[in-house]
Amino acid sequence: MYDFNYRKATSADDAVKTVTSASEGKFMSGGMTLIPTLKQRLAKPSDVVDLATVPGLAGISVSGKMLVIGAMTRHAVVNGSADVKKAIPALAKLAGLIGDPQVRNRGTIGGSVANSDPAADYPAAVIGLGATIHTNKRTIAADSYFKGIFETALEAGELITKFEFPIPDRAGYMKFPNPASRYAVVGVFVAKTGGTVRVGVTGAGPCAFRVPEMEKALAANFAPAAVEAIKVSPNGLNSDIHASAEYRAHLVTVMAKRAVAEAAG
Amino acid sequence: MANAGIGQAVRRREDFRFLTGTGTYTDDIDRPGQVYAHIVRSPHPHAQIRRIDTAAAERASGVLAVFTHDHLAADGVGGLPCGWLVKGKGDKPMVEPPHPVLATGVVRHIGDPVAIVIAATRVQAADAAELVKIDYQMLPVVTSTAEATRPDAPRLHTDAPRNLCYDWELGDKAAVDAAFARAAHTVTLDLVNNRLVANAMEPRAAIGEYDRATGTHTLYTTSQNPHVIRLLMGAFVLHIPEHKLRVVAPDVGGGFGSKIYHYAEEALVTWAAKKVGRPVKWTADRSESFVSDAQGRDHVTSCALALDKDGKFLALRVKTVANMGGYLSTFAPAIPTYLYATLLAGLYATPAIHCEVQAVFTNTVPVDAYRGAGRPEACYLLERLVEKSARQTGIDRAEIRRRNFIPRAAMPYQTPVALQYDSGDFVANMERALKVVDYAGFAARRADSARRGRLRGIGLSTYIEACGIAPSDVAGSLGARAGLYEVAEIRFHPTGSVTVFTGTHQHGQGHETTFAQLVSEKLGIPIENVEIAHGDTAQIPFGMGTYGSRSIAVGGSAIVKAIDKIVAKGKKIAAHILEVAERDIEFKDGKFQVAGTDKAMSMGEVAFAAYVPHNYPLKELEPGLDETAFYDPKNFTFPNGCHICEVEVDRETGVVDIARFIAIDDFGTVINPMIVEGQVHGGLVQGIGQALVENCVYDGASGQLLTGSYNDYCMPRADDVPSFQVETNESAPCTHNPLGVKGCGEAGTIGAGAAVMNAVVDALATVGVTEIDMPATPHNVWRALKNAKT
Ligand SMILES: Cc1cc2nc3c(=O)[nH]c(=O)nc-3n(C[C@H](O)[C@H](O)[C@H](O)COP(=O)(O)OP(=O)(O)OC[C@H]3O[C@@H](n4cnc5c(N)ncnc54)[C@H](O)[C@@H]3O)c2cc1C
Repeated sequence: MYDFNYRKATSADDAVKTVTSASEGKFMSGGMTLIPTLKQRLAKPSDVVDLATVPGLAGISVSGKMLVIGAMTRHAVVNGSADVKKAIPALAKLAGLIGDPQVRNRGTIGGSVANSDPAADYPAAVIGLGATIHTNKRTIAADSYFKGIFETALEAGELITKFEFPIPDRAGYMKFPNPASRYAVVGVFVAKTGGTVRVGVTGAGPCAFRVPEMEKALAANFAPAAVEAIKVSPNGLNSDIHASAEYRAHLVTVMAKRAVAEAAG
Repeated sequence: MANAGIGQAVRRREDFRFLTGTGTYTDDIDRPGQVYAHIVRSPHPHAQIRRIDTAAAERASGVLAVFTHDHLAADGVGGLPCGWLVKGKGDKPMVEPPHPVLATGVVRHIGDPVAIVIAATRVQAADAAELVKIDYQMLPVVTSTAEATRPDAPRLHTDAPRNLCYDWELGDKAAVDAAFARAAHTVTLDLVNNRLVANAMEPRAAIGEYDRATGTHTLYTTSQNPHVIRLLMGAFVLHIPEHKLRVVAPDVGGGFGSKIYHYAEEALVTWAAKKVGRPVKWTADRSESFVSDAQGRDHVTSCALALDKDGKFLALRVKTVANMGGYLSTFAPAIPTYLYATLLAGLYATPAIHCEVQAVFTNTVPVDAYRGAGRPEACYLLERLVEKSARQTGIDRAEIRRRNFIPRAAMPYQTPVALQYDSGDFVANMERALKVVDYAGFAARRADSARRGRLRGIGLSTYIEACGIAPSDVAGSLGARAGLYEVAEIRFHPTGSVTVFTGTHQHGQGHETTFAQLVSEKLGIPIENVEIAHGDTAQIPFGMGTYGSRSIAVGGSAIVKAIDKIVAKGKKIAAHILEVAERDIEFKDGKFQVAGTDKAMSMGEVAFAAYVPHNYPLKELEPGLDETAFYDPKNFTFPNGCHICEVEVDRETGVVDIARFIAIDDFGTVINPMIVEGQVHGGLVQGIGQALVENCVYDGASGQLLTGSYNDYCMPRADDVPSFQVETNESAPCTHNPLGVKGCGEAGTIGAGAAVMNAVVDALATVGVTEIDMPATPHNVWRALKNAKT
């Protein structure tokens, strides 16, 4: 780890101001991604601004048909929340599948979505539920948030404050974990709200994406059989020693089918 | 005492300190004035070093010194020695290229150490290391075992054409060829035994210290065998006489073989401590361990079994290419030869066996013994072949084994590959395992799995291992450059407690408990009065350490010999005090008793008399009650057993789940069944790890290590393995050591891989997959299923 200035933010504005005025400022929420990067000397920020001290950034509430989760909310809290379990049980389940207990007790939804690791779990839900991402200066729709590998619509110094998840009628999440890292090789989040169905996929591509064909088929018939025969193209999908693009494409179909079965069952 | 002797499940005494974080590992030790070393390592698999510029690093804050190969050379520092000379076909000695402590001229694997930076703090050393500028000229790379000997493969060492270290053989080729010519069935198999990273929980660490006043060097290190390190480093590398070199291996958090070897860092910190006049500490981080700890396995093998019409094995033919990595690690050459080919008879009475092994150099981290060391590789190919033979001949997998097992009555049994087995009841172990797994009920379980859309398979594996390499003269004639005995010293204290000094070293095995149980029982004193000391060359007579499941068989036997000497002396003392003839004294349950009377002295009373010799035969006998014994075994010990695994495969994803795992093991006499069970569990998990998840992968083109962290190198977790059903069979103890013990440390790892893979193949065979290599990851299984379908 290189030396850096550690700063405790007192408010969202203060955090943004500190990060933008530093020569190389970095927000830190759970630190579960940032700290390993620092330890391996892969990043050299001048200032690390801790968001844990910002009041109001963490918390879960339900307002009408919206589930609202603050950016600093830890995975373990989402996993254990009665509100989340009642509103979107698949989201509580997803949070419980992230990493291990230590990681879930530190890592946050804001950090995960800001980082947009192609293999992270939350992006599947953000896309699959059509969430709205609130930042210190605007709101961003899920569909225009994920841009590429570790690339999002966030501008430099822009801070995620909370997420609004529309509460669906039914939803399911299926994750095929990487045997080594346990991140998602493929994760599929399926949500049905009235006549609309969204299918969000993580792990398979450079960033989370939707599968319109599956959404259409499921809108007509919300059953595993509806997606069983729908194949996604391996073109442009990730390929590594753990899973070829073909295998990932195949798993998208299998996980989608199982997510639908979970949502329907 | 009755509940702490041999055969009792005594709780591990060492666990209190391990579980409460109060153990003392090397990195827990801080010496006054200590500074820190950072090793600059090659980021390239193969490159010429054109220039090293250390000027900026030397000027960096906190830096005491930066050293490269030239500094070592100026001090006459030698290269890292190899501890075993293998002679190939025609008695041709292996190619033994120089293994410099710091690379000179060329780097040959990622992680090859090039320079050492010493600074006041760990961070300063790491900061300065980034300022060491090394101008590399890339060289072409070969990492693949199979491709290393190709004529167009880049050569690593000028004196090793075709990258060949040796081309070795064992067995009767003519007899094997003749048997194949007349065989009714021939079964062939090509296999890869995947490379593994040992991944002990505690990374390696070392502290060097020099005392100017006495000229004594001390090395604290994460070693399984501190005396071996003192011998090798003192004699070959740093030229320090052994009386001026102390090596301490304190608590060590797992070794699995990877902490047997003498590593560059040990020599570097010891040497540098004198240069800079301060104790120097180095602790690897996990990423560093991935590129600097010796790795395991990495064989490519073609093998064939010849059978007669009744399924009797006639001959076995094996050709293996074994990857040594970029240099020869300490015992590397012995692993795919004397610890591999000699085990190829397995439990079977195969009359003719021939094995050829080519050891090759590649641009990879050196390979050496890893839990099991050669024996898992032998067991794996043999048991895969046997199971394939069963499929090919239509004979049931258990029946074909029954027909070929060496019967108990045939012991001692001379195999065609040098070893002589002393004991074992192979049939009984398999029959028991078949019963526990409910072999007869498998068809119904398979049908049930099928109803749930899953493929079920069952696989057997029987294994034999050779532990406690011995005797020393035979090992020496085979090229070992060390003895393989063990030492024990028992020091009785005047008030009746004892300290036992053992040359073995524990790094997870529970010796402090097992050995204390043994001493308590044999001396008849409470276990609380027994302390086991190990790991410090200043305390312990010259011993060989712990590896190859040797500690109880060799180290335990040395303790028994020392106890025998104590008892013999005690009889003389008791006879004098009780005023009877020595032959009238018998020693039983901790008492020296006059036969046929109730006149007796306790062990403690005799010890007190030996140290306060007022009423004592001073004319004939020295006072005191300390005894030292060296034990050189007559033969190896041969633990053996039968493992059965049942798996379920998810056809859609390729995920393999282990449904059942049974291990019936013969370890001879069991001293502590709880510790033995723990050793079996750990071994099984490592065997299952290799079979299902672990794989060390180098990129063929760039030579980069693709599995350099836990993000990509998969260690088996608790939820990857089932609840094991394990039993031991003590009915066929070792015949040639005083305890009847055989050793249990590696058994699980040796047998498990084949059992798992045979089960996977059995499951996949139902849908047309014939063979698959380890690891059977979901991706690999899915690919095999897909290829079988098209
Ligand atoms: C062992 C291990 C296993 C893991 N397994 C999984 C897994 O299975 N699935 C999974 O999805 N993840 C996994 N993770 C990642 C984990 O979920 C991380 O916690 C998460 O990716 C990042 O969250 P964080 O709160 O720790 O963010 P941090 O590490 O604090 O920050 C990550 C990045 O986001 C930025 N950032 C943080 N908060 C904000 C914000 N509010 N606004 C804008 N930018 C911000 C930071 O500047 C930094 O660049 C694992 C991590 C570890 C260490």
